[in-house]
Amino acid sequence: MEQVRKPVSIVWAALMLATCASTWLLSKNSVTPEVATMAIMLIAAVKVRLVIRYFMEVRLAPLALRLVCDGWLLAVTALIVTVYLV
Amino acid sequence: MGSVLRSSETDTQFVPVGDPTRRLPGVEGVWVFVIADMTVFAVLFGSFIIGRHQNPGLFEGSRHALNPNFGGVNTLILLTSSWFAALALDAVRKSRFVLAQRLIGGAFLCGLAFMVSKAIEYTEKLNAGISLLTNDFFMYYFTLTGIHLFHVVAGNVVLLVLWFMARSRSFDPQRPVVLECGAIYWHMVDLIWIILFPLLYLVR
Repeated sequence: MEQVRKPVSIVWAALMLATCASTWLLSKNSVTPEVATMAIMLIAAVKVRLVIRYFMEVRLAPLALRLVCDGWLLAVTALIVTVYLV
Repeated sequence: MGSVLRSSETDTQFVPVGDPTRRLPGVEGVWVFVIADMTVFAVLFGSFIIGRHQNPGLFEGSRHALNPNFGGVNTLILLTSSWFAALALDAVRKSRFVLAQRLIGGAFLCGLAFMVSKAIEYTEKLNAGISLLTNDFFMYYFTLTGIHLFHVVAGNVVLLVLWFMARSRSFDPQRPVVLECGAIYWHMVDLIWIILFPLLYLVR
């Protein structure tokens, strides 16, 4: 039971809930395509950052690695969202 | 003399970096590999979204042939697998090798479940007459998910090796570098899918 109280376990639960929200709630037709797509991609970006920081332990890593990881995520998210919106 | 001794002890446990309170997980080499791999995927993501921008009707129509339940469940499977890998690392650091072995086994079984689910999904598509050659959307769908699946297969081989290493207690609880490197790679496979899944199945 001690495994459940660890930060990685709380992060895992949040990631599972966010996945369910993206897959089975936001994909419904009651949400407009633009709002749903933006929300889904932003949720994906937050999920990736949680995986990088907590699972890959980058939150404890030197600044250079944290910058490279955040830079990659920012570039990918900005590229997808910008091309989608134009 | 005392400071020399302390410095050499530190060198065996930590990769030396500017700030002594911070440490690089794994080794530099695994990060070079992971960042290079992630960059290749970033280019592929960009290529897909530009392709979609040029032909939105075709991409949106084709997307409806995909079943988001497969993608969603596969995300839950990979997240759980990653969680097991993170817990295994924590267990090894506490010298709990039996628990670590079980957790690595759990991560491995999740990887297998992902492959089975993907095989069912591919079979369903091929039976419906949809292939790599159907159109641009499905060319991207099969190529991107195929490259990712190759990474999952490679990750499962890594997890199998780590499982045997945990069984023979081959990790140093102070600094289990091999397990850290394997876990970093496995989390990368997870995070690529976290973007790939909504990009292919959900963006409308």
